[in-house]
Amino acid sequence: MSDAIKNATLEYATRLGDDSVVLGHRISEWVSYGPFLEEDIAYGNVALDYIGRARMFYTYAADLADDGRTEDDFAYMRSDRDYRNLLLMEMPRGDFAYSQVRQLLADAYYTVLLPELVQSKDETLAAIAAKAIKETKYHLRRSRDWVLRLGDGTEESQKRTQKAVDQLWGYTHELFDMDETEQLLADNGIGVDVSKLRDAWFKLVSEILTEATITVPEDSWAVRGGRTGYHTENLGHMLTEMQIVHRSYPGCEW
Amino acid sequence: MTTEKLELFEVFVRSKRGLDHKHIGSLHAEDHAQALEYARDCYTRRSEGVSIWVVKSDDICASQEDDAESFYDPSDDKPYRHATYYVLPDPVNNM
Repeated sequence: MSDAIKNATLEYATRLGDDSVVLGHRISEWVSYGPFLEEDIAYGNVALDYIGRARMFYTYAADLADDGRTEDDFAYMRSDRDYRNLLLMEMPRGDFAYSQVRQLLADAYYTVLLPELVQSKDETLAAIAAKAIKETKYHLRRSRDWVLRLGDGTEESQKRTQKAVDQLWGYTHELFDMDETEQLLADNGIGVDVSKLRDAWFKLVSEILTEATITVPEDSWAVRGGRTGYHTENLGHMLTEMQIVHRSYPGCEW
Repeated sequence: MTTEKLELFEVFVRSKRGLDHKHIGSLHAEDHAQALEYARDCYTRRSEGVSIWVVKSDDICASQEDDAESFYDPSDDKPYRHATYYVLPDPVNNM
C-alpha cells in the first residue's frame, strides 16, 4: 500500500467511524427516554450497532496510523474540529419524529452505500461493510415503519414529521459530496463514489415519505462542512458529554 | 406516550430447529408487525432464537383457576389412562 493510499484510507476509516459514533451516541440519548419500554430497548439496540461499527472503523484506523493510538483515542481524545462526521449525524436528538426522520435519512444512506463498500478492494473495509449490511436492513425496516406511522398518523404526528423532514433536508446534500481523498480511494477501488448514489437514495427516501403523506422538500438550501471539520454548535456539546469521563480519568480501567 | 393505547402480545420463541416454540414473555406494540420487531429486540438479543411467533393476548382463551377442580381432579382417580397401569405380557419387551 502506497503512503498516499494508506493515509487516505486512514482518513476514510476515521470519517466512517466518526459518522457511526456520533449517530450512535445521538440514538443512545433516547435510552430511558423512549416513548415506551419496548421501543426504548429496540432503539438502544440500534445505538449499539452503530457504536460497534465505529469501534471496527476506529480499530482499523488505529492499525493504519500505527502510532500507539487506540480506538479510544480516536473516539475520546479528538475535539469537534478534528471530527469528520457528516452534519446530519450530529443534529440534536429533537423529538421522536425528528430522530426517526434523521434515522430514515441515515439508514437509507447506508442502504445504498454499504453494498458498494462491501466490494472494496480493502478487505477490512469490505468485511466491516458485510457485517453492517445486515444491521442496516433491520434499521431501515424500523425507521421506515416509524416514519410511516408518524407521517400517516395523527394531525400532530404528521405535522412534526413534516417539520423534521424540512429541517433536516438541507443537511443531506453533504452525504453525496466527494473530495480529493475520497476520489483517490474511489479511483483505486477502495472507497465509494458517493456522488453516484444520490439518485438511488432519493428514490428510496421519497417513496417512503410520499407513502407517509409527507411532502418531499425542494432542494432550496444546503449546509456543508462536516468532512472538513466545520461543524454545527451541537457537536461540541455532544462530545463534551461523551468524552468527559475518559478525559477526566485518562487510562482509567474498570 | 403511555402503553394504554397499545395492544398486548404474547411472544413464543423457538430456540433451535426441531424444537417447539416456547412462551417467553409478553410485550406492548401497535400491531403484529411491530410486535414481531420488538420481540426480536427484547427476547432474541443474545441469539436465543431462530423463529418467533407473536399472538395477541386477547386471542388466547385460557382456563380459569376456578375451574381447576372440574378440569383436572376427575383424572386423578383414573390410573387406567396411563400406559404404566397395564401389565405387559413378557414376550412384549420393547414397546
